Amino acid sequence: MAMASRTGRRTGFHAARLGRGLLVAAAVLGLGGTAQAAKDRLVVGMPVEPTGLDPTVAAPVSIGQVTWQNVYQGLTRVDRHGKVQPQLASGWTVSPDGLVYTFTLRDGVAFHDGTPFNAAAAKFSLDRARGADSTNPQKPYFEPIASVDAPDAKTLVVTLKRPVSDLTYRLGMPAAVMVASNSADANRTTPVGTGPFRFKAWAKGDRVELERFADYWDKAHAPALAQVTFRFLADPQAQAAALRAGDVDAFPEFSAPEIYTDFQKDKKFSTVVGNTELKMVAGMNNARKPFNDVRVRKALMMAVDRKALVEGAWSGFGTPIGSHYTPNDPGFVDTTGVLPYDPAKAKALLAQAGYPNGFTFTLKTPQMAYLSRSGEVLQAMLADVGVTVKIEPTEFPAKWVQEVFKDKAYDMTVMTHAEPLDIDIYARPNYYFNYNSPKFNAAYTAAATATDDAARTKAIGEAQRILAEEVPALFLFVMPKLGVWSAKVEGMWESEPVPSNDLTEVRWRD
Amino acid sequence: MLAFAVRRFLGLVLTLAVMSAAIFLIMDVLPGDPAAIQLGTSARPDTLAALRQSMGLDQPAVVRYLAWMVGMARGDFGTSFTYGVPVAGLIAERLAVTVPLALMAIAFSTLIALPLGVIAAARSGSAVDYGASLFAQVCVAVPNFWIGLLLILLFSTQLGWFPAGGFPGWSAGIGAGLKALLLPAIALALPQSAILARVTRSAVLDVLNEDFVATARAKGLTRRAALWRHVVPNALVPVVTILGLQFSFLIAGAVLVENVFVLPGLGRLAFQALAQRDLLVIRDVVLLFAGLVVVVNFLVDMAYLALDPRLRGRG
Repeated sequence: MAMASRTGRRTGFHAARLGRGLLVAAAVLGLGGTAQAAKDRLVVGMPVEPTGLDPTVAAPVSIGQVTWQNVYQGLTRVDRHGKVQPQLASGWTVSPDGLVYTFTLRDGVAFHDGTPFNAAAAKFSLDRARGADSTNPQKPYFEPIASVDAPDAKTLVVTLKRPVSDLTYRLGMPAAVMVASNSADANRTTPVGTGPFRFKAWAKGDRVELERFADYWDKAHAPALAQVTFRFLADPQAQAAALRAGDVDAFPEFSAPEIYTDFQKDKKFSTVVGNTELKMVAGMNNARKPFNDVRVRKALMMAVDRKALVEGAWSGFGTPIGSHYTPNDPGFVDTTGVLPYDPAKAKALLAQAGYPNGFTFTLKTPQMAYLSRSGEVLQAMLADVGVTVKIEPTEFPAKWVQEVFKDKAYDMTVMTHAEPLDIDIYARPNYYFNYNSPKFNAAYTAAATATDDAARTKAIGEAQRILAEEVPALFLFVMPKLGVWSAKVEGMWESEPVPSNDLTEVRWRD
Repeated sequence: MLAFAVRRFLGLVLTLAVMSAAIFLIMDVLPGDPAAIQLGTSARPDTLAALRQSMGLDQPAVVRYLAWMVGMARGDFGTSFTYGVPVAGLIAERLAVTVPLALMAIAFSTLIALPLGVIAAARSGSAVDYGASLFAQVCVAVPNFWIGLLLILLFSTQLGWFPAGGFPGWSAGIGAGLKALLLPAIALALPQSAILARVTRSAVLDVLNEDFVATARAKGLTRRAALWRHVVPNALVPVVTILGLQFSFLIAGAVLVENVFVLPGLGRLAFQALAQRDLLVIRDVVLLFAGLVVVVNFLVDMAYLALDPRLRGRG
């Protein structure tokens, strides 16, 4: 009977207690739920609906979270452990000077519409991403490319203006996926890629549906799922209700840690706390007094107990950081010890900088719960060293993007930065921190252009230490990935080295 | 009577024209550049300028307003900034959810309120009357999104009978679609039905005291026959007025209820478009909402004429 199939998934008391009459009425009306769910369909919940489905033309990470690896693939891919793997390119060689990358492309790969994938398509994709009218969100990634050549169908030669140490990593990101010239313009609403799933439908405001691509090139890793639905539920209560009601099978990024603990106690669900690339930082306007004084910035950093902040703002989930890099990232060094929590020292440093009685400033906090809560905890901690924080709620994205990001009309703000390895933002002129450090720029450039791993690791470590010491922003913590899914689902990514919901290896256990 | 209808219709057109200008002006002073929002933290001056131009944001306000009006007249509602698809199609998809939802809610609230109000009036002072009044008190006091949350808690997460939200689309079958709309329609209908029941009760009581009812009874009609044949039809004018007024509350309520139930309806579209500063979508949706309210008021006025012959002589 239809009802019976759902009993396994619901919690609490049983329908039978409400009396036979109701049950019969429900059955007559056909309200008792659908037939037993086939075990090759999965409904994945996401807090944010993507705007468009082409990660090569727009910035929101939710685009990649639906399409990357499921619909689109790259020359390389970043795996669940954050390591670079070959994908549409089966291998590559690098010239000794680090300037010429020669990729060998796979045979027998086709896009979902039948268009063959070859070196011409790869050249088109890279040239489109770096072209003059490109709105690619990672356009700077492609800027060092001098030329792209396709000497034959299976060979792609990328020549660089200067060495780029993490080129293959960058080519594994959502913004660098391969697209075909005949479908690229329509990808925004009807994505066509080479991945294991093809696009089926997008009911805007509600769901995106994908289905298994029968002619997928990688027979050895064909997906177990035949049908995948992404549903968009912003409200944590709605997310919890959808999981409990069995409407959604998996929520890889559950939004509310305080409800999450209930799921941890519930045997029907697997709960996995993973890492993300979401770095929460309190950016300061380095051009404004008193934040132009490094002693003040250091003092503020020392006034923040990052462990307590994680506890207060995010129920203890999350990893404190000392710089704009996460433990996922290649070359990570732990810099949380550079300016450890020490309110007494912070006060002394403030006095030294000429603020023995502290000062007052405004903190613009976007309305997302985790950001406004973090702002309140910061306010309390800074009050302990005599600094008064006035919190100004600032609607995200509209007001925040305008006032903080564009006009730089702010003292301090809180924001999560989602892009992996985006330490380069501190080297960008006119970025919203107004930070300009020749020392950091030198270290960053050395890391970005290194031609061997040892040199890169050394330089990127140096760059992290400089940020930890110069504190252009208060480095707070890396957001956790609070995954909840049916205990019968396996193969989900636990961490998120790249913002994605790669479903290639997901299956239902009997 | 015709003159009355024509005057009302011209008023309707004028109202919409004033409204469109007001909506445009309000949108224009909203903080937040749509192009900058779309590019987010990856915005660079050159890409921002290119995007502003492609969105038509570099044009002066008057030109943009006229372009909007001309487009609307031609049936071209523009392209959504966020989704990159025509706004007309987007609105049509959403109307396919919101219109059935609103109709279901109106049907439920009328089906609950009319009998309840009539019976409460006919037996005023009885236990039924007090019961109905208590029901109305509770339903008026509780906001519809809260009722929605309670319904989800009971029927979705505890019993698992209904989806906790979302909409499978009419392509999944009429049954599945109606099932997804049932709880939200009830959440919308309950507060409405409370008000409607009270109005019905007092309207019926008023008419019951009229001389013509006594005449009808004196001519031998039973109490029940007099009630349904003479009292109820005469009590309908205030009821229809309230139904018309409630329509705008229904739209406001739909925004909240659609968000609680994650329904891809017009209310939720407006909500999301505002957050994303999808100006064309907000403008069109707000104008559509305003237009619906104005048109419904017009229809209510026309309904008076149909219901009450005494009004036809005026104007």
